Amino acid sequence: MAKRIYDTLIFIVLLFLSLVFIAPVLIVVINSFKLKFSIATEPFLLPTAQTFIGFSNYAEGLRTTDFLSAFGWSLFITVFSVLAIVLFTSMTAWYIVRVKTVFTTLLYYSLVFSMIVPFQMVMFTMSKTANVLGLDNPLGIILIYLGFGAGLATFMFTGFVKSVPLGIEEAATIDGCTPLGTFFKIVFPILKPTTITVAILNAMWIWNDYLLPYLVIGNDYKTIPIAIQYLKGGYGSVDMGAMMAMLVLSIIPVVVFYLFCQKYIIKGVAAGAVKG
Amino acid sequence: MKSLKRYSVVFVMPTLIAFIIAFAVPFVLGLFLSFTEFRTVSDAQFVGFSNYIRIFTQDKTFLNSLWFTVKFAVISVVTINLFAFVLAIMLTRDVFGTRLFRTVFFMPNLIGGIVLGYIWQLIINGVLFNFGYSITTNASYGFWGLVILMNWQMIGYMMIIYIAGLSNIPTDIIEASKVDGAGWFTTLFRVTIPSCMPSITICLFLTITNSFKLFDQNLALTAGAPGGRTRMVALDIYETFYGRIGFEGIGQAKSVIFFLLVAVISLTQLILTRRKEVEI
Repeated sequence: MAKRIYDTLIFIVLLFLSLVFIAPVLIVVINSFKLKFSIATEPFLLPTAQTFIGFSNYAEGLRTTDFLSAFGWSLFITVFSVLAIVLFTSMTAWYIVRVKTVFTTLLYYSLVFSMIVPFQMVMFTMSKTANVLGLDNPLGIILIYLGFGAGLATFMFTGFVKSVPLGIEEAATIDGCTPLGTFFKIVFPILKPTTITVAILNAMWIWNDYLLPYLVIGNDYKTIPIAIQYLKGGYGSVDMGAMMAMLVLSIIPVVVFYLFCQKYIIKGVAAGAVKG
Repeated sequence: MKSLKRYSVVFVMPTLIAFIIAFAVPFVLGLFLSFTEFRTVSDAQFVGFSNYIRIFTQDKTFLNSLWFTVKFAVISVVTINLFAFVLAIMLTRDVFGTRLFRTVFFMPNLIGGIVLGYIWQLIINGVLFNFGYSITTNASYGFWGLVILMNWQMIGYMMIIYIAGLSNIPTDIIEASKVDGAGWFTTLFRVTIPSCMPSITICLFLTITNSFKLFDQNLALTAGAPGGRTRMVALDIYETFYGRIGFEGIGQAKSVIFFLLVAVISLTQLILTRRKEVEI
């Protein structure tokens, strides 16, 4: 009986907190349909007949930020960087675990070390290097993301590879599999849970990343975070209407992705934490 | 695995090349440049420790930002972990709607820092507007704004990790402590929390490093206003590099100090809390 009262109380508390958690996003959605001057003065009121302006904030925002192309670049860079990270770091992790040399040990610890270095440490020199090597374009930045994401990804993959039984791999080798065949036919499928975790953690990071793409390709190509920040501009006031509309448009893909992959995202976060 | 060794080019090269270009070379170069004066890298002049000395003698912004960042980190780390742990406890009791609540609490974490900053700017300015203020009126508004934002963003993530930790505790040791006559609080502090130490270690690590390295949220919410008094270390380094001509060497020296600081703090924390972990 006492448990039932407690549980009801907890349910009410949780319900209240959920509303608190959702409210900020809802307020932005509501304001995206309002006249821009009423957003600053009365953000918590629902639109009235005078302040409701339909989708014109969206039209204005799409025009000034070129949001659709920003969406395209964000998608392109995120998808291919994540594919590159998953493919190449899983191969490297397998090699590091199976071939024990001074070189692989050194490589492993360098990668682990890179995880604790803040981005600001290499911000300036990395964007210079990218510029000198001609990597300041949407293809080149994939290589940069591979280099930056390699630390955590290789670390997580090596943790899992250690639990893959050597026996199956040896059997495959005896049956005439080359190392590439063994990796892609035997090892890579076994790594699937870690692959999903690595893919999700990196997708969340790269999709939302602002400073790295801004410094490397920001002059010529805008991803979604760059487009949003660009709306604020350097001088004068912000068009709050367009800002609200673009915030909504940038949240929608994330929420859709979350609702479809929720199970994997939550598992991935929990699994990533245990290994990290 | 002799034959695998011959395939090192295929297995290691792509990652290695990317790692060298994106991290190893910039890191070593950055370390070197912190001891030089430069504008374009190729014109670097060796100046010894002068950049490091000037950070503390000439350029007061770094210490101000550092103090602001430390205050922010301490308060955020405590509040985020406390709220996340309490939520995790409430969500492991099989209350009606648990899955839906979990989904909602985690959602803000997927939204990017820049977007989060503008969402909260709207809300906080909306509240302060009634009093004739805005978030940039007073540095303490920006400070608490950042704390609230960070809580809203990170509680869900830490909650998931704590839920995983809590559900790994075998029910028989909880039962055993109840049979031994321990109350709810005694069980919590003597059994539940010690058994969750691995989760606590990782959550503290993630919140500490993320609080110290915060940049996007800071840039979007206040951009350091008023007068740089809500500028955190990462933003201070950024503005030293790109906002002031002739300060590149100092910016690089600041980032070396920042790196050492983050490394020392997070490693100390890992060692201290790992020691408290128990076998179950």
